[in-house]
Amino acid sequence: MSEQGIGKRVVRKEDQRFLTGKGHYTDDLQRIRQTHAYFLRSPHAHAKIARIDTKAAQSAPGVVAVFTGADTAAAKVGSLICGWVVKDKHGEPHKAPPHPALAVDTVRHVGDTVAMVIAETEAQAKDAAEKIVVDYQELPAVINPAKALDKGAAQLHAEAPGNLCYDWELGDRAAVDAAFAKAAHVTKIDLVNNRLIPNAMEPRAAAAEYDAGSGQYTLWTTSQNPHVTRLVLSAFVLGIPEHKLRVIAPDVGGGFGSKIFIYAEETLLTWASAKVNRPIKWTAERNESFVSDAHGRDHVTHAELAMDKDGKFLALKVDTIANMGAYLSTFATAVPTYLYGTLLAGQYTTPAIHVNVRSVFTNTAPVDAYRGAGRPEATFVLERIVEQAAREMKIDKAELRRRNFIATDAYPYQTPVALAYDSGNYAGALKKALEMADYDGFEKRRADSKAKGKLRGIGLSAYIEACGLAPSAVVGSLGAGVGQWESAQVRFNPTGNVQVYTGSHSHGQGHETTFAQLVSTQLGVPLDQVEVIHGDTASVPFGMGTYGSRSLAVGGSAIVKACDKIIAKGKKIAAHMLEASAADIEFKNGVFSIAGTDKQVPLGGVVFSAYVPHNYPLNEVEPGMDENAFYDPANFTYPAGVHICEIEIDPDTGVSTIAKFTAVDDFGNLVNPMIVEGQVHGGIGQGIGQALLEHGVYDEKSGQLLTGSYMDYTMPRADDLPSFDVGYQVTPCPHNPLGVKGCGEAGAIAAPAAVMNAIHDALAPVGVKSIDMPATSSRVWQAIQRANTKMAAE
Amino acid sequence: MSAPQISLTVAFDVNGKSCARHNVEARRTLADFLREDMSLTGTHLGCEHGACGACTVLIDGAPARSCLTLAAQANGTQITTVEGLAHGAVLHPLQRAFKEKHALQCGFCTPGFLVAAAALLSENPDPTELQVREYLSGNICRCTGYQFIIAAVLAAAAEINGKAGSNV
Repeated sequence: MSEQGIGKRVVRKEDQRFLTGKGHYTDDLQRIRQTHAYFLRSPHAHAKIARIDTKAAQSAPGVVAVFTGADTAAAKVGSLICGWVVKDKHGEPHKAPPHPALAVDTVRHVGDTVAMVIAETEAQAKDAAEKIVVDYQELPAVINPAKALDKGAAQLHAEAPGNLCYDWELGDRAAVDAAFAKAAHVTKIDLVNNRLIPNAMEPRAAAAEYDAGSGQYTLWTTSQNPHVTRLVLSAFVLGIPEHKLRVIAPDVGGGFGSKIFIYAEETLLTWASAKVNRPIKWTAERNESFVSDAHGRDHVTHAELAMDKDGKFLALKVDTIANMGAYLSTFATAVPTYLYGTLLAGQYTTPAIHVNVRSVFTNTAPVDAYRGAGRPEATFVLERIVEQAAREMKIDKAELRRRNFIATDAYPYQTPVALAYDSGNYAGALKKALEMADYDGFEKRRADSKAKGKLRGIGLSAYIEACGLAPSAVVGSLGAGVGQWESAQVRFNPTGNVQVYTGSHSHGQGHETTFAQLVSTQLGVPLDQVEVIHGDTASVPFGMGTYGSRSLAVGGSAIVKACDKIIAKGKKIAAHMLEASAADIEFKNGVFSIAGTDKQVPLGGVVFSAYVPHNYPLNEVEPGMDENAFYDPANFTYPAGVHICEIEIDPDTGVSTIAKFTAVDDFGNLVNPMIVEGQVHGGIGQGIGQALLEHGVYDEKSGQLLTGSYMDYTMPRADDLPSFDVGYQVTPCPHNPLGVKGCGEAGAIAAPAAVMNAIHDALAPVGVKSIDMPATSSRVWQAIQRANTKMAAE
Repeated sequence: MSAPQISLTVAFDVNGKSCARHNVEARRTLADFLREDMSLTGTHLGCEHGACGACTVLIDGAPARSCLTLAAQANGTQITTVEGLAHGAVLHPLQRAFKEKHALQCGFCTPGFLVAAAALLSENPDPTELQVREYLSGNICRCTGYQFIIAAVLAAAAEINGKAGSNV
């Protein structure tokens, strides 16, 4: 038993079905009388729809129905919503232009949904869509967020003059200005945080079915949070009563944030399933995913760091333009504000911080949370400017950080940007990471590389993240439209095995194993007797789902609370069975006993008695063994750590090779170290992808997505990545029962700055001052050539 | 463009069982045929343009993208999908190693990796880490960062070769 509990490397229960091709992903569904949907999308970045003629499509072979924006408008299908209200610096709510599921008279990005064709087969739906005639009147488009606020820029929405969604600030501007006035040194930096396209390997998919007898809708969808999908569709968009809509998120093939949101396609499928009274399925082709999934990042930032003569940080000011895309996705507004500005203290004691963020509309796909969501952007700003400062001040980059770290005895630590950190040991993580990376031996390795004609660099990234979203009262005060607790239900069956229902959703994270380990440890039930069930609103209590590295810290804590209730009830039953007082009953390793005696009864016996209450304290305790719990965290959790990248660049080709990548993370206690390490690897992989390879690029003139396929958008492959060296610093979270912090996003948050700092370190000796992500071989080579030309001229 | 009207009869062996279907549309891909007509939904479609490898199957022992192969092209061949790797309840050494080394997370790309790795090990039973990385670079995994996939393939190779205790 103890080999399967908390802290053990347990292989995953869910693997068997995935390894044998027996998973159940949404596209695997085949319902009786199922039809197929295809969405006609805008080929233009911005255009008026003068006319849509669907007549030929309606009569094409196999077509069941064709719908356009006129149909959904007539049926009063509501706008897709943004669920987080951000107030600007004048206290006004963000501009929230409508986002119709099917465009009514204007398309605002390539891929905007224009018509839905439903047919007997997918091929017939696609063939029929080709017969739809749309007269577009093209309008000027704006793509680059840095140009969206310009006078004369194309305008997207009448509701958002100047394309401004909000102009938001956080921090004490006067204190920052005063600190800059007395600074010994100011480091300035201009950064682009490149647009990323999440690219979960399973494309988005949905199937909807309507039961005319009961009026019940069922939606299968690739969602990270099926209850939130149901709530939004019911209360805001479709008006279907919540109890008449069942949402199922079955096996989901990766999400990384992109499957949090409520999109046009599943909305339309649900609505249309009653109209045609047949099941409808849709699965995105990859080219549809590229133009319609919510993208990530896309910031343009100027930052300045003020220091005293010893490199002590006095103040930080940050000015960012964040791209929202053409419409506001479900949580888009929160990402560049409360998930970004609040993290700009990082691991440091910087006493004064001010951040200004202007979020803008452009004719591009909506931008929302992608792995890390705001926190990678904050870490990138801070850790890039810290290393730039170290270079300028000629202070060792590790030493500069040490001088500014929050001390290990300073918790709780209130930052000047709203958050109160709960625990950490930043100097400890740095020390460990430096040792693992052999930081002291680096100059020798740099010299060896130089002897071979190569440029070698080392870069650090000391990140922090606020995750485990989140205390409901806090996020509510900041504009969130939902609470962010989590639910759990621990239900024993009469024969003693357990079904655990969780509001969290697993789409690769291994909850079926980790959560079973929790229950196994808390209740002493063998792992194979515990079944974790998630992703179905018909069986799972209302839950908030999985995002922001919250599942274990919040969802796991809810499970522990439910287990506590099982134990408390079990004690009363055991007391009756053992003829003792409940106060004298102890529970350990699955056995209730009278303290200090050998009189005992196993949990299984108590459970059986609860379901067959022949000799049972019915006047004190209800029958059954089935407990619900809801857990609302007291604070965020604050995973932190240090990642170190060592890179070698061939100046003749610009090719960067990662020689070593070291990660030391503090996630608090680890429940399954194998799964945690997998999460770290995956996050680092995506972080390195952002730094070296990935870039969502639109043509600035036409607004066409130039990186709309895997031949153009480069994700890391097996031969692009090194093996990673992973270690841990453990300071348990003080405010949740497991002492856990969350590990899913760390790699994606930390790695980009580590890689880019290494590249800048490598290129500094040849005169390259600044290079943007992704640092592709072409960009690196060009930067070296430019620096050479400049040096030759000087 | 009107719908292609050509229909064909397609017959091949899938995972050791012979199957034949009439009236198969000429444009029907092998992936759609396997998933929808044969209900073998273990083969996944990640990109439908031959770049991610999730749909990899073996055709007469050689790895092929079932998204870029027409069902009709596979007429008369022997096809192996992920469902055909295990012998009954006994998992293939690669499947066991993937589990033991945590080489999968969401599981979506996994069938393609398993089939591609099986092809690798039949071509080269004792690959180096570099050879594994290179061979599997035709498949994309977005979850794992590849390290544990590489470790799993090397461990499976060691087991198949009868080497006691792998060093990965």
